[in-house]
Amino acid sequence: MADLRSNFIGIKSPNPFWLASAPPTDKEYNVRRAFQAGWGGVVWKTLGAEGPPVVNVNGPRYGVIHGPDRRVLGINNIELITDRPLEVNLREIKSVKRDYPDRALVISLMVPCDEDSWRDILARIEDTGADGVELNFGCPHGMSERGMGSAVGQVPEYIEMVTRWVKQYSRMPCIVKLTPNITDVRKPAEAAMRGGADAVSLINTINSITSVDLDLFAPEPTIDGKGAHGGYCGPAVKPIALNMVAEIARNPATYGLPISGIGGVTTWRDAAEFMALGAGTVQVCTAAMTYGFKVVQEMISGLRDYLDSHDMAMSDLIGRAVPNVTDWNQLNLNYVTKARIDQDLCIKCGRCYAACEDTSHQAIAMKPGRVFEVIEEECVACNLCLDVCPVENCIDMRELAVGEMDLRTGIRRGTYANWTTHPNNPMAVKAAE
Amino acid sequence: MSQARLAPGVVPGRLTPHELAVNFADVAPPLTRHEARVAADRCYFCHDAPCITACPTSIDIPLFIRQIATGTPDAAAMTIFHANILGGMCARVCPTENLCEGACVRMDAEGDPVEIGALQRYATDGLMAQDGHPFRRAAPTGKRIAVVGAGPAGLACAHRLAAKGHDVTIFEARPKPGGLNEYGIASYKAVDGFAQAEVDWILGIGGIELRHDQRLGRDITLDTLRADYDAVFLGMGLGGVNALRAEGEERGNVLDAVSFIRDLRQASDLTTLPIGRDVVVIGGGMTAVDAAVQARLLGAENVTIVYRRDQSQMGASRHEQDHATASGVRIICNAAPVKVHGNGTVVEVEFAYTAVDPDGGLHLTDDRFRLKADQLFRAIGQRLDGVPQDLALDGAKIGVAGPGRTSIPGVWAGGDCAAGGDDLTVTAVAQGRDAAEDIDAHLTGRPVEIPG
Repeated sequence: MADLRSNFIGIKSPNPFWLASAPPTDKEYNVRRAFQAGWGGVVWKTLGAEGPPVVNVNGPRYGVIHGPDRRVLGINNIELITDRPLEVNLREIKSVKRDYPDRALVISLMVPCDEDSWRDILARIEDTGADGVELNFGCPHGMSERGMGSAVGQVPEYIEMVTRWVKQYSRMPCIVKLTPNITDVRKPAEAAMRGGADAVSLINTINSITSVDLDLFAPEPTIDGKGAHGGYCGPAVKPIALNMVAEIARNPATYGLPISGIGGVTTWRDAAEFMALGAGTVQVCTAAMTYGFKVVQEMISGLRDYLDSHDMAMSDLIGRAVPNVTDWNQLNLNYVTKARIDQDLCIKCGRCYAACEDTSHQAIAMKPGRVFEVIEEECVACNLCLDVCPVENCIDMRELAVGEMDLRTGIRRGTYANWTTHPNNPMAVKAAE
Repeated sequence: MSQARLAPGVVPGRLTPHELAVNFADVAPPLTRHEARVAADRCYFCHDAPCITACPTSIDIPLFIRQIATGTPDAAAMTIFHANILGGMCARVCPTENLCEGACVRMDAEGDPVEIGALQRYATDGLMAQDGHPFRRAAPTGKRIAVVGAGPAGLACAHRLAAKGHDVTIFEARPKPGGLNEYGIASYKAVDGFAQAEVDWILGIGGIELRHDQRLGRDITLDTLRADYDAVFLGMGLGGVNALRAEGEERGNVLDAVSFIRDLRQASDLTTLPIGRDVVVIGGGMTAVDAAVQARLLGAENVTIVYRRDQSQMGASRHEQDHATASGVRIICNAAPVKVHGNGTVVEVEFAYTAVDPDGGLHLTDDRFRLKADQLFRAIGQRLDGVPQDLALDGAKIGVAGPGRTSIPGVWAGGDCAAGGDDLTVTAVAQGRDAAEDIDAHLTGRPVEIPG
């Protein structure tokens, strides 16, 4: 049976599933329940500087995007960092860690952007027994207006500066949590690395307005008729997070920098995808907030089954897909496929036809008896028919063999060739004469 | 168990008022908003959807379901009503498994269709519960049209004609409008007076005058209607009931199922309605099932449907058959009545098993059996009664061409009285609607609107 034990920058946990810094890790009661349920680690909800705790709104903190049947697809929040006294949090962290020495317990931190503040908070957490710190440079609402959170994460120089202070004043492993609310995630990651970060975690939440109340004409969640942007998370953000993780994993400047993947991890499969793109651990919040802590049990059994069925160790999985993430100009333009519809599986809904006929390449014929067939002479292999087909495996993409005629172009399939050498590319690399 | 429950003969009050109230409650309670949203999500929004093709009134089902899914059920109702003004009743009585739901691609996918009927009811109930009528009449045309029969065909025809600005007079033979919706279907399918509420709602468009107790051939004639009106639509249904042609059929407690269903629908107190302890229903259609199930619900101990052909050929849908058997009704197939035994009233019915001839006809075999019966219901079909002279027939019904044109100029027909239908409410609605479009085009020269 696959071994899921994780050693991430020296932080050990029985499995790579951590709870992200968020409401589920707000206090001892929740974290103990999480550990009892099987979570490998938690990142304790962000602690702030000593002093009067932050205050939260007293109206709704969350906005949600529902699928039909009220399936939660995405949650937006305007909650701030912990609003509990620092002393209470520290006491509870120490208590939990003492009782769960095998679990990872990382403390998320966010204090004003000056050296004293960081030195002070690091001193305060020194004897909690926590395994590491995560620097919250990502929170996009509320705290960012005060020059913290994503206000730091959006300036690489600040990231580097603060990370350096943290490494200077603490012996703990340091994870820098990145905001996605930037144009190129590689820059803050590089800054973190320059500052001495042991790892990065990403993504924090995305600036968002989940919806507009069409009676109040105000964003949701609505607080007394007004709304502010929040941070978006959950299954809906996963594709954005995967891309950002991959960008860092394949960036030569940050190659090998450990990554804790965050963003819509809901099932073992999501976790495995993040890991294949280079994440050593994953962090979860929305799935727990939606279904409770028990979901980790499916993640553990699912990842274990997957690794066993593929005869892989977890270390084989981490980063395995990174070499296959490339730039568009490296894609093989001589790779030719054609959609193929399995008539036995087809339920004759015609969605492939509507999609292709109305919005693509008119490459599906509708024949008497609602028989839908691909017209290979027109099919550009865009894949849309397969995407909209409600029946799994009913439509697949058949790869043409090298030398086989492409009926659309009248050209036989050739061997690998990409845009950099394509005759239509004015910048094409010419073979030496 | 009460004594009344097992009392011999045909007696009232076999069940308590409470038991009857439970038995005759809504057979398919309406969807809640949440249930509707979940059910609506299952629709694939098919291209050129098979469910639309399967609907005799061509309701744009994927569109109305999407309108429900996106939180606009009133818009969904309007999509339905534009095609089928009796969409509320059709949602309750359509054999959807043979129509829209039977054609749903989800049947291929997982054998479980989108709940189109229930969703249609959700949308239409919501709009009909609101004040007012959602359709407006076009400018008056000054044309007057007579509609004979206030059943589904007549009502659909009248509503569409009124919407186009014509003035309509409906001549209804019975004291109440609605036709079979009011008199001919099981009461648990349309509870709380829905049939009358629907008629009232339809008439809410204005421009339709309803005259009761006006039977064609008794109180009015086709000749006078033709003389007094610009066009005539005949939608009077089938007034006669087919005979069993079994010896002893004249004995007491041998009744027409339609009469039983009618009396039950019109009864204000079901505890006063007499029902046998052993009831036999002969026939294989919806009427047979409605009579048999309701006999059980009134407290009959043994109810048997006997059908002369194979079960697969029963007119009642599979869903209806299952409903009957789940209600405790026994279904015997391939048997026909040969003699009604008894002394004044029926005591037993004698049947012969049937066999199929090479030409598809049936003959009786020597295999016989008897069923105890203190009440026998005939549900073997209805026939056209009192058809005006000069009207050409097609078989036993009024012959029509295209959208309900009869052999007499200016006279249209639709619904069960016209040839070519399949005795369904929804088909009658389609025929009434399409005849109205044709009448309008004929009277005004305006183009026919595409149904739906």
